[in-house]
Amino acid sequence: MLCGECGKKNASVHLTKIVNGGKTEIYLCDSCAREKGELEFPFEGKFPLHQFFSGLIGLVPAAGSDAPASQRGGVQCSGCGLTYAQFGQIGRFGCDRCYDSFGENLHSLFRRLHSNQKHVGKIPARACSHLMHKREIEELKRKLQESVMKEEFEEAARLRDRIRKLEEGVSSGGDSDG
Amino acid sequence: MAKEERQVPEDSLEKDAAGAESIKEDNPLAEEAVEDGGRESGLEEQRRVNLASRWMEGSGPESDIVISSRVRLARNVGGITFPSLASDEQRKKVYTMMNEVVGSQQDKFSSFELIDMESLSSIERQVYVEKHLISPLLARGGRFSALLLREDEVVSIMINEEDHFRIQCLLPGLNLDKSWQESTKFDDCLEKQVDYAFHEQLGYLAACPTNVGTGLRASVMVHLPALVITRQINRILSAVNQVGLAIRGLYGEGTEAAGNLFQVSNQVTLGQSEDEILQNLYSITGQLVKQEKNARELLLNEGREKVADRAGRAFGILMNARIIASDEAMRLLSDVRLGVDMGLLKNVTARSLNELLVLTRPGCLQYLKGKPLSPYERDLERAVQIQKCLS
Ligand SMILES: [Zn+2]
Ligand SMILES: [Zn+2]
Repeated sequence: MLCGECGKKNASVHLTKIVNGGKTEIYLCDSCAREKGELEFPFEGKFPLHQFFSGLIGLVPAAGSDAPASQRGGVQCSGCGLTYAQFGQIGRFGCDRCYDSFGENLHSLFRRLHSNQKHVGKIPARACSHLMHKREIEELKRKLQESVMKEEFEEAARLRDRIRKLEEGVSSGGDSDG
Repeated sequence: MAKEERQVPEDSLEKDAAGAESIKEDNPLAEEAVEDGGRESGLEEQRRVNLASRWMEGSGPESDIVISSRVRLARNVGGITFPSLASDEQRKKVYTMMNEVVGSQQDKFSSFELIDMESLSSIERQVYVEKHLISPLLARGGRFSALLLREDEVVSIMINEEDHFRIQCLLPGLNLDKSWQESTKFDDCLEKQVDYAFHEQLGYLAACPTNVGTGLRASVMVHLPALVITRQINRILSAVNQVGLAIRGLYGEGTEAAGNLFQVSNQVTLGQSEDEILQNLYSITGQLVKQEKNARELLLNEGREKVADRAGRAFGILMNARIIASDEAMRLLSDVRLGVDMGLLKNVTARSLNELLVLTRPGCLQYLKGKPLSPYERDLERAVQIQKCLS
């Protein structure tokens, strides 16, 4: 079949568009599809994430499986109603609560995608001042240990005092919150 | 430093927002028109879209190889469904939130304009995609999808894309640090008023698991013709992939990169700090630049006249062709660029070559012509624009 756009090359991409409830079928060649931006949607980069994911999370449902649909779908997010199986198909979360809803299921996925499972980057300042506090203390403790090793005891004493002060701040802040 | 208070005429931003709102509420045809492939428009009805952007300047560090640097941050509002599954009401909430941030931080947002996707024809949307200011996904629109764009087009914020907000900074040359600084500054502006979806362990929560953590995607666009000509590119591509970065051709089909343009970006967003991510990309880009420079040196020493000939022929075709397809144009523009960068071809600026990367795309050609064009008509118009830009 020839491309519906240029009519020159063979169509290699088949798209089904649903517009106002009506279905439109479109056949495009590679270059026309790319020009239309269809191939990239909704992925950044060009690798087929959806297949990638369902492989990763081990959720390609066996054909003719006896389990009822609800069970095959696995966990469901309490926030947006997305099931874990749906997540595997579209490769996208539905809301921020999905992360907690799917919980441990996500560990291996994150391990494969990322180097580590703990965020060490920027923290929203207003919402998470307590977290910034915690990080600051951790950093000071690390420095304290360093100065003790180097036998810089004056510096160590100074650091210890600052840590103490910050920790008091944390606990009193925590008390007033609760 | 003393805080500079800048007085902005009170109605300027508010009015924009209100105007946009009324279009949405009162014009049930807006959506249909867009789905039709855009409203019928003569040139005078078109929105005035600037076709040049700061990133096309051809300036900045290493600009003979690194064309642009981009940083984008994915951010979401806690407790609101992500845009793809969200109701109109939820999408509106996010849109309104952005409006409120703009309204109450006028000193930061005075030179920004809020552009509703529904107010644009499909051709106009495509122009923004081709200028790398919005993603194809945002261009598909949907209610309350919008672009908040700074006048210089360096900073842009996509609203209701895959994530609620995507903050982007795009600069010419190898300029990742500055891009990060600008992006994080506007991230801070939003965070003052928006409760972000943030998780102590996992960081910023994004719609796609590949973005969780920092939500940071940093990338550079690099021109590597000498590595392609000397057949070193495949080795380089796999080496870059092995250090956890993604590299791909920016245009063209399959594994071939039309115009020898590649995009290098980070893949990991969780478990590394922004600084580590940027440093890593920065140093790998530095390596690429070095390798490309070595390869160019090699070409100069071994076949100076061949490279000059190739550039000159490419220029000749570009200046005289009447019908030119996108892939061919990209290839020839790359040859010309290499000639210019190596001092073998005069009177062509990096800026005009960068502008042509965008001007020769289908959306821009149709925009310039003021109407939809068939592929053949685009090939004709492409030749016209190239000659206009290069002469
Ligand atoms: Zn085609
Ligand atoms: Zn959810």
